[in-house]
Amino acid sequence: MIRFDRVTKRYPRTGAALEEVSFYLRKGEFAFLTGPSGAGKTTILRLIHMHTLPSEGTVRVSKFSSDSIRRRDVPQLRRRVGYVFQDFRLLERMTAAENVSFALEATGVPGRKARKKVQELLSHVGLAAKARSHPSELSGGERQRVAIARALATDPLVLLADEPTGNLDRRAADGVFELMRRINDLGMAVLFATHDAGLLHRHRDVRVLELEHGSLVYDSAAEAREAGA
Amino acid sequence: MRALREALTGLRRAPLLGFLSVTSIGFGLFILGLFGLTAHNIDLALASVERQVQVVAYLQEGTDPARADVARKEIESYPEVSGVRYVSKVEALHDASQELTEFSDVFSDLEVNPLPASLEVSLRPGSRNPEAVKRVADRLRAYDFVDDVRFGREWVERIFSLRRIAGLAALVLGGAFALVAIMLVGTAVRMAILARSEEIAIMQTVGATEGYIRRPFMIEGLVTGLCGGGLAFGLTWGTYRLVDGTFLDLAWMPDLWIVGGVAAAAVLGMLAARRAVRRELRGLYDL
Repeated sequence: MIRFDRVTKRYPRTGAALEEVSFYLRKGEFAFLTGPSGAGKTTILRLIHMHTLPSEGTVRVSKFSSDSIRRRDVPQLRRRVGYVFQDFRLLERMTAAENVSFALEATGVPGRKARKKVQELLSHVGLAAKARSHPSELSGGERQRVAIARALATDPLVLLADEPTGNLDRRAADGVFELMRRINDLGMAVLFATHDAGLLHRHRDVRVLELEHGSLVYDSAAEAREAGA
Repeated sequence: MRALREALTGLRRAPLLGFLSVTSIGFGLFILGLFGLTAHNIDLALASVERQVQVVAYLQEGTDPARADVARKEIESYPEVSGVRYVSKVEALHDASQELTEFSDVFSDLEVNPLPASLEVSLRPGSRNPEAVKRVADRLRAYDFVDDVRFGREWVERIFSLRRIAGLAALVLGGAFALVAIMLVGTAVRMAILARSEEIAIMQTVGATEGYIRRPFMIEGLVTGLCGGGLAFGLTWGTYRLVDGTFLDLAWMPDLWIVGGVAAAAVLGMLAARRAVRRELRGLYDL
């Protein structure tokens, strides 16, 4: 569903952020994307989101390809790719429900349907009781759950999470991770960028893609395949 | 509805910026309005002078009035001509003594009438330009009984060059102020975009179309332009009321100019906003 084919990304000022990265993420798969800061994790997520285009190689997401995508198709792609940030990016002047509803409105979901969906999504992330709370009244873990509910609003095929537990304590981080697992159990692919070694250690069953200086240095799925062969 | 709500929220959220944009556009257009008022009144004055543009063909001594009448009918059929009046020698003398009363004694003592008969040719409104006037004069000269043709060439040319200058000045000034208005609205919209960059980023992340993101800003630009146009109208009207009858007798501009001016300001505001938001959004992405 997501395919990176020898993708290189160079920025004019900072040079290469990724070098010939190739991997495939299947539909409904869960994978960690790990590596130290500056290794290229966020660049991979931005490329999947078509926030930026590769300098060389091809990124394919579902039916969209970086080689042929047109500017006007990008919103359609983004509705199929949910994005969760480390710093939540919630609008402070809106309540939890309004933050989720904002995403639905922005993608053209009509009012009544949107209201119903907001309730469902907030229940799904365990925050039905806090629908009217503003972000400032919520804990870090709760804010991240609202952000996840917002990312799920467009029924994406894949959820990209950029260090979603980076600002959370361990308990909240585990809670967010478990929520992601539950979402994944429903069939949605998840690409979880993190450099939290503890989290990786506690969930050794999850596929790991490891980056270093812009290169993919380890893919646990490839290693398992080689071991099987 | 959402776009309108967001646009009004945007204006409410940054009232000072909105106020500055409206007043800047308003004052810019006010100057244009004053120029329009002046140009309109100059135009009216020129038009009244222009109406008096006439070509006079003086006839040779002894020209048969019947021949002159045939020529009169012919000349009336020219596309440029609205009417022809035959002025006999007697009428010419009578007119002269009426117009030049200080010489009435001289005229009454004359034994021989020295004034020639003539054909006074009036022109249609679209044919009072130097080229048309000269064309008619040349055709009149072709009659063998026509002695001389006069049409105040210098005056006609001067009137038309004045009109051309006025038209050019309106075009240049109008263009300059339109440019300033575009820049002002563009700056206001760019600042509004910066103030709402967080929301825009979220909208883009979840897959809102550019049209959806752009619409509130365009409405904001339209409202700003409309208010600026309204303010300019009010200021121009106030100035007109103050000046008219006190210092000068002025005519107010045609309604179409007012409606067109305010509507143009609104459209200009909207297009400037559209351009600014497109540029800002384009800058955020590779494609």
